[in-house]
Amino acid sequence: MKIQSQVSMVFHLDKCIGCHTCTVACKNIWTDRKGAEYMYWNNVETKPGTGYPTRWEDQGKYRGGWVLGGKKGRLRLRLQGKWGTLGNIFYNPYLPTLDDYFEPWTYDYQNLFDAPEGDDQPTARAISMVTGRYMDTIEAGPNWDDDLGGSQVYANNDPNLDHATEEERRLMEEIGRVVFFYLPRICNHCLNPGCVAACPAGAIYKRGEDGIVLVSQERCRAWRMCISGCPYKKTYFNWSTGKAEKCILCYPRLESGQPPACFHSCVGRIRYVGLVLYDADRIEAAASAPQAELVQAQRDAILDPFDPKVIAAAQAAGIPDAKIDAAQKSPVYKFVKRWHLALPLHPEFRTLPMLFYVPPMGPVLAKMDNGKYDTMDAKAEGLAPMLSALEKSRVPLRYMASLFSAGNEEIIRKVYRKLVAVRVYMRAQRVKDIPEAEVQKALAEGGTDAREVEAIFRLTSLPTFEERFVVPAMERETAVEALFPPLDPIARNYPTHKGEVGIGFHHDPQRGM
Amino acid sequence: MSDIVLFAAFPYVAVVLAIGGGFYRFRHDRFSYSSLSSELLEKRRLFWGSVPWHYGITIVLLAHLVAFLVPGVWSRVIAAPATLYTLEVIGFAFALAALMGLCVLIARRLTQQRIRSVTTIMDWVLLAVLLLQVALGFWVSLVYRWGADWYVHTAVPWLISLASLNPQTQYVSSLPWLVKLHMLNGFVVIALFAFSRLAHLVALPFWYLWRPYQLVIRNR
Ligand code: SF4
Ligand code: SF4
Repeated sequence: MKIQSQVSMVFHLDKCIGCHTCTVACKNIWTDRKGAEYMYWNNVETKPGTGYPTRWEDQGKYRGGWVLGGKKGRLRLRLQGKWGTLGNIFYNPYLPTLDDYFEPWTYDYQNLFDAPEGDDQPTARAISMVTGRYMDTIEAGPNWDDDLGGSQVYANNDPNLDHATEEERRLMEEIGRVVFFYLPRICNHCLNPGCVAACPAGAIYKRGEDGIVLVSQERCRAWRMCISGCPYKKTYFNWSTGKAEKCILCYPRLESGQPPACFHSCVGRIRYVGLVLYDADRIEAAASAPQAELVQAQRDAILDPFDPKVIAAAQAAGIPDAKIDAAQKSPVYKFVKRWHLALPLHPEFRTLPMLFYVPPMGPVLAKMDNGKYDTMDAKAEGLAPMLSALEKSRVPLRYMASLFSAGNEEIIRKVYRKLVAVRVYMRAQRVKDIPEAEVQKALAEGGTDAREVEAIFRLTSLPTFEERFVVPAMERETAVEALFPPLDPIARNYPTHKGEVGIGFHHDPQRGM
Repeated sequence: MSDIVLFAAFPYVAVVLAIGGGFYRFRHDRFSYSSLSSELLEKRRLFWGSVPWHYGITIVLLAHLVAFLVPGVWSRVIAAPATLYTLEVIGFAFALAALMGLCVLIARRLTQQRIRSVTTIMDWVLLAVLLLQVALGFWVSLVYRWGADWYVHTAVPWLISLASLNPQTQYVSSLPWLVKLHMLNGFVVIALFAFSRLAHLVALPFWYLWRPYQLVIRNR
């Protein structure tokens, strides 16, 4: 057992209102720079939809992540082998281009002030932020298909619909049944990251203390294999500085005990951050499990922080008590491991992503019936009026399974049964219109009990700031202290970069010669 | 006299600039070490430029290098006319690939707005010098056939004399000016090494082949 700690995350999709506040927070802090305008370290996609960059989930095109099929059936990068990396270094056939994202633009606002008097209102034409030239037509943007806009082009081309039956596709498009939900995405800070493995320069690494995946700007040489290696397309290439960049999980904030900016600003309060302990020796096995078992294998690699054996091993591995304590309070541990409600996004990419999603229930199908608001299907199936039959839910289980369980519908069904139990139980508590027998039936089907349901309810709808964000003291300052010579008041050798935490550039990050 | 300046002094200046400048840049401005790829901005033309250019020039340079490092072996290999002939043809083909690739890259930089917006003056200088160098080499191999042979008896002893810090310009002084220009310009390329994106050459990540896939760095 080799115990490590990882800052890990949960997004509760039922609560996301698609406001993009998270994106704006991130953009304002980190990517509002030349060369980074097109980057969205945090973005919010509408599902069904093609996402950002377009059809990023289509690994036939982008070749991200891992596949089984190396020597002795072991894991290998879908992109290419190590020799292939060197051979393709002058031209990477699978690299997305700016057109798969969009060409960033601004507007010629000055013209609104300077235009000579005329018969027409002056306009502010679009100007490309890459070339500085006027752009006549803008064909794509980072969120072009927001709320199913242009769904004939976008939603219909969602790679997750490839496995949907004709019937399911038809139902999802039917007016009155149409449904969508939001999928906010950041870097998953994976346990088996494809970006790290693909980088020939060794510029990307996982930070041992907290598992944050970072690109060393000084070591990156623009070989751009990480962009292909990441199946989530969450490493970006700064076209101006010639360096790869990615989400840094706001580590300067984490180090001072604050949650990342997108978490902090989230309006729907869908985001949770917490520590988990995991067994590094199990990573390879978990990442190479058979497809249907991937979710469970990843759960198994996460350890129980209350188990005395785990605690002893963690202490022996030098994990401070504050972190073990944080792991015990972690909301992520509860959602992922104890309640089995939060699932990784596309586990079949085999990078063991450490951002987990509670799948959305979707709105219940309801209609007015004899002046009474009633849920469709439910009555016919003899179910509580709150819920239609799961199998008839608006978003097909198969679609959810394609997103969150590598196609294993049983896992999704179990999650939903439990979420249904929470709704039924809480409604019985508050509105008192569901007979006790039905409540008990829902609890049994959900494989849960009243105590657990109340805990889930509490952490879902009423959590305090401190319950959502359990960020342990990182004690980064003591970690880097050893790297500096002792402070000498006479020589005044005080570290000027605050102990080199945060972005400690010694000079401006400008394009090289 | 000018021979001494051009073929004895200048090569040392170029090499010192490359090595000294390279180390200085690595120590003080490591961030700027990058191949500055523009593939994200434009991909199709890059393929037709970058791939033939890089593979062509690598093979041609390797041939120059091998003949310089092991001239004895090289001479024995090309002693057979058939081998000499084959090697010349192969070298010619790769040089042609490099030249065409370079032209595509230059045209791409000229015509593609996106690429122009990330092009510096130094990029143009470097492209011009490289184009001159490849064109000269190409021309030399056309006009003065069997370069694989006479290179070993003229440029190689001169380079060896330079390397052994005992410069002997007489090996090259009587060569045609076309050949001389090629040699001289070669050292201009070396001189530019530390001050242009050429520096990415020493960053080629061969150790990736032996490295484990995952990198974890901890601070305690
Ligand atoms: S999601 Fe993040 S850690 Fe995982 S492969 Fe992509 S960039 Fe790397
Ligand atoms: S801020 Fe929160 S609720 Fe709003 S889009 Fe982002 S994740 Fe969703």
